[in-house]
Amino acid sequence: MYAYDEIDRTLVNERVAEFRDQVQRRLSGELTEDEFKVLRLMNGVYLQLHAYMFRVAIPYGTLSSAQLRKLAHVARKYDRGYGHFTTRQNIQFNWIALKDLPDALADLAEVGIHAMQTSGNCTRNVTADQWGGVAPDEVEDPRVWAEILRQHTALHPEFSFLPRKFKFAITAADHDRAAIKVHDIGLRLIKNDAGETGFEVLVGGGLGRSPFIAKTIKPFVPGRDILSYVEAILRVYNQYGRRDNIYKARIKILVHELGIEKFAAEVEQAWREIADGPLTLDDEMIEDIRSRFVYPAYEKLSAEPAELRAAAADPRFEAWRKNSVAPHRQPGYAIVTLSLKPVGGPPGDATAEQMDAIADLADKYSFGEIRVGHEQNLALPHVAKRDLPALWAALDAIGVATPNVNLVSDIIACPGLDYCSLANARSIPIAQELTRRFANHETANLIGRLHVNISGCINACGHHHVGHIGILGVEKNDQEVYQITIGGRADEHAKLGELIGPAVPYAEVADVIEDIVEAYLALREKPEELFVDTVKRLGVEPFKERVYATR
Amino acid sequence: MPLVRNGQIVADDFVSVDGDAELPADGAVLVPAARFLAEADALTKLNRPLGVVWPNNRDVAELEPWLDRLALVALVFPTFRDGRAHSQARRLREIYGYRGELRATGQVLRDQFTFLLRNGFDAFDVKKEADAHAFDEATHRYTEFYQPTGDGHLSALQLRKQRHKVTAT
Repeated sequence: MYAYDEIDRTLVNERVAEFRDQVQRRLSGELTEDEFKVLRLMNGVYLQLHAYMFRVAIPYGTLSSAQLRKLAHVARKYDRGYGHFTTRQNIQFNWIALKDLPDALADLAEVGIHAMQTSGNCTRNVTADQWGGVAPDEVEDPRVWAEILRQHTALHPEFSFLPRKFKFAITAADHDRAAIKVHDIGLRLIKNDAGETGFEVLVGGGLGRSPFIAKTIKPFVPGRDILSYVEAILRVYNQYGRRDNIYKARIKILVHELGIEKFAAEVEQAWREIADGPLTLDDEMIEDIRSRFVYPAYEKLSAEPAELRAAAADPRFEAWRKNSVAPHRQPGYAIVTLSLKPVGGPPGDATAEQMDAIADLADKYSFGEIRVGHEQNLALPHVAKRDLPALWAALDAIGVATPNVNLVSDIIACPGLDYCSLANARSIPIAQELTRRFANHETANLIGRLHVNISGCINACGHHHVGHIGILGVEKNDQEVYQITIGGRADEHAKLGELIGPAVPYAEVADVIEDIVEAYLALREKPEELFVDTVKRLGVEPFKERVYATR
Repeated sequence: MPLVRNGQIVADDFVSVDGDAELPADGAVLVPAARFLAEADALTKLNRPLGVVWPNNRDVAELEPWLDRLALVALVFPTFRDGRAHSQARRLREIYGYRGELRATGQVLRDQFTFLLRNGFDAFDVKKEADAHAFDEATHRYTEFYQPTGDGHLSALQLRKQRHKVTAT
């Protein structure tokens, strides 16, 4: 993980002091709510249905055990004892009081955590592949670049009042686990033929009410030029992005209205004005950031330790191992995903006690490191394979070893109408019901990889457009009804799902999803053909026929 | 609305002149963009300090030929949430090398002072009296900056490099 230096620490502390002053001025009435709103949003503070909601950044999804313990502390001391991990590597606390926020931020700053720009019309938390630095299929650790971007975009004087929010995501692997094609700027770290590190830069992706898959604006930008190039994109957007209509203000609309060629030409011109300027990175600068990422001192360990062979007799352990344990770049080690999707639970929630326990397990088994993924699960990134049986028993005891990672009950969902003032419909109870319907692990395994994403309104925080099955709650005649799409995906083959038929009422959603899954099981060519591939091969029609035949 | 220039509350020595009104007999004048562009030749020959109010939806590149004859460019924040003039300011300072007064006008509030300074503004038409008096405090909150801009501060990346050099010698 990245270790803050004196500059980083000073800056975060100065930000806390500034926010304390802003809260004070709001409480004394010196600032109007209208003036304060933007200031609080830029520090992750929303006003929700019941209370203030506080969103804290977990840049590129990397946490130390000390940081996770501090998040547990905030949940316990200032909130109701739990937190909610989001689809953008943030954690949200839903019940915090305005007067406590500066103290909560000060506590978090002690361990190098902040809430800068987790909301507002500015550059948001920079996200990355949660397996950065440990994935066997990556070019190099994307988090080094994500950190360079985090720093560059933090309190950026020019881009803190953009037309709308702006999100970066980075991947360095063949398989995109960071959903870069649905971000305002997506960066794919690659090496060119000369062996030079750089990025394929994508722009204009996004979900919400007008979903778009990002387009490539430049196939290769050398690493040293990446800051000046994204500065040029942001400068064009800041000047020409629409400000007359909030729903047309994201960069995706500008790119769509201008066309990618014309937009790229504008960026190229803006880039020429600043390329080779002070934003150009040199090796020393990059190495300085790289040197502050701490990597574990791995041991030479057996890839097939005796402990693992002995534990194979336990079918519960084996089910979990096959589902939740992924290959690591270092032989003898594994990446372990911790499911925050227990049967009947709200997706992505963790209690303070769970967070503390996971921090202890990270110290014991994962060199003190934890990762947060956009699927709202956690991971321990450096687990010796010989420790897997002991770790599993400990994870099982605290309820984060449900073997459903990437399966039908590993649902992404927004908070929905239970918490959110924007929502039109409930999300969490739908997710909870689905986890009960598909609680049987053997059935879920038989179905195979299947991502169900649920949003409680058109803003699409649950990424429904790119779920293999997407569920969107809308309001119609004072009723919650749900539109269902199939065939979407968020990876390197990102695609928007297609509507399968008329919206269905709240009470029928789980039945319809079961019918869709049954249709898939009947329609698939062979067990290895994933749901999303069957939809690709056959289209929506045969699913529609089967699901709506009796409705 | 108090004017803060180079950190001090001062009297505004520029007189705003509307589109077609007659210019005062002497002294510094501030004219709208349309009038400036229509009469630029004549206005810049007048031998008096001249300023222009430049809207936030017009490319500042249009001003380039006149920049060395302008004493003041006033950029506009219709609300502080509309950040277009931040980019205009940086381009004027860092790309076109404008050295005259760069004034922030409109909804100019305390919590944006640091950003505005970093982007090259040196004068502020401050909306609230109390904010003008808090200028010094508000602009000394931060001692470290991640981005290099034209304001002379070293960015964190540049600072770290310099410190490495010091350590190495």
